[in-house]
Amino acid sequence: MNALIANVALHQDRASFEQIFKHFAPRVKAFVLGQITHPQMAEEIVQETFVNVWRKAKLFDSEKAAASTWIFTIARNLRIDHLRKENRPEPDINDPAFMPDPEPMAFDLISHSQDAARLNRSIEGLPEEQKEVLRLAFFADKSHPEVAEALKIPLGTVKSRIRLAISRLRTELEGMA
Amino acid sequence: MSIFHHPGDEFLFDYATGALGEAWGLAIATHLALCPACRKAVADMEGVGGRLLEDATPDPIGDDVLSRVFEQIDSPHAPEVLQSTATPLSTEQPVLPEPLRGYAGGDVNALRWQRLGFGASQFLIPTGENRVSARLLRIPAGRPVPTHSHGGLELTLVVAGAFSDSTGYYGRGDLQEADSHLQHQPHATDEEDCICLAVTDAPLRFKSLAARIVQPFLGI
Repeated sequence: MNALIANVALHQDRASFEQIFKHFAPRVKAFVLGQITHPQMAEEIVQETFVNVWRKAKLFDSEKAAASTWIFTIARNLRIDHLRKENRPEPDINDPAFMPDPEPMAFDLISHSQDAARLNRSIEGLPEEQKEVLRLAFFADKSHPEVAEALKIPLGTVKSRIRLAISRLRTELEGMA
Repeated sequence: MSIFHHPGDEFLFDYATGALGEAWGLAIATHLALCPACRKAVADMEGVGGRLLEDATPDPIGDDVLSRVFEQIDSPHAPEVLQSTATPLSTEQPVLPEPLRGYAGGDVNALRWQRLGFGASQFLIPTGENRVSARLLRIPAGRPVPTHSHGGLELTLVVAGAFSDSTGYYGRGDLQEADSHLQHQPHATDEEDCICLAVTDAPLRFKSLAARIVQPFLGI
């Protein structure tokens, strides 16, 4: 997938772009439908997501994020824009006031694909109740209190499930580095 | 510069999923500009979002969507990818990092500050979120803010100088979460004026009568 995005970035290659689209567009639609029930509006967001994938392909950094993560962030931002009519405030790495990452230490120099593979195994290993909370949070764009309401469980339980899931994923990512 | 006070994981998580509103998100994103550790935490959480996207059950998509994408790409009026919106003002490092500087409309010396009663001044920052207010506060060096508690939740992010209260010392990049349990009297430290971004969903509750009387006129 990284090579396909690189082809788009460097050569504006449409065949590569089509492959990215075929794989991710139906998934992005499923993601968007988590909160937007109108199929036509969902497809509009899918369309905009991929126009952005084309235009921003040069900005994709496979060292920093998996392709799926990059596409998730594009779709997420467009959903916020459509649904809430809000902007999403984000840091700007070209801003002189931006504090850059510290120089990577030797043990940090592992490729992101290894990270992604580990994350994959880790999520599969989570208890179903934690996965359910994660899916609602990411797909239905629900805040902690909204997840609690949807599942009819106390807010404290939502907080602890998310905390457990995140800390477990984080420990596994860091512990194996 | 070391940051000691970070946002709780709940804020980082809701920022990563997209559920966090714009005004709160402004405080979190500005903290992220100054804090590589929290950026890493958010990137890991976004990785979870990417993983869930990969695992999602594909939903069939109309045949025409791809052709519409190509049409839009080919349209001559397609806007270019936005380059950085940050405009370096001079060789000096701005006090307000992005995205805060863009929201405020300039760096601290370019803003029209509004005087508050206690020697402090404020600058209101518009966001798309109506129920939550965001403002910059400037507290003169060595001066206190009148003792107050909070009707709701307040995030305070220091961008210049420092303040301290009963819970600790807060310098550039540090973020304080305050709720209705915290009554405090923050003091700007002596070295320089303390400038912070304060985001809150309810008016502050001042302890002194004088501060309560002027409060409605100041919109704080």
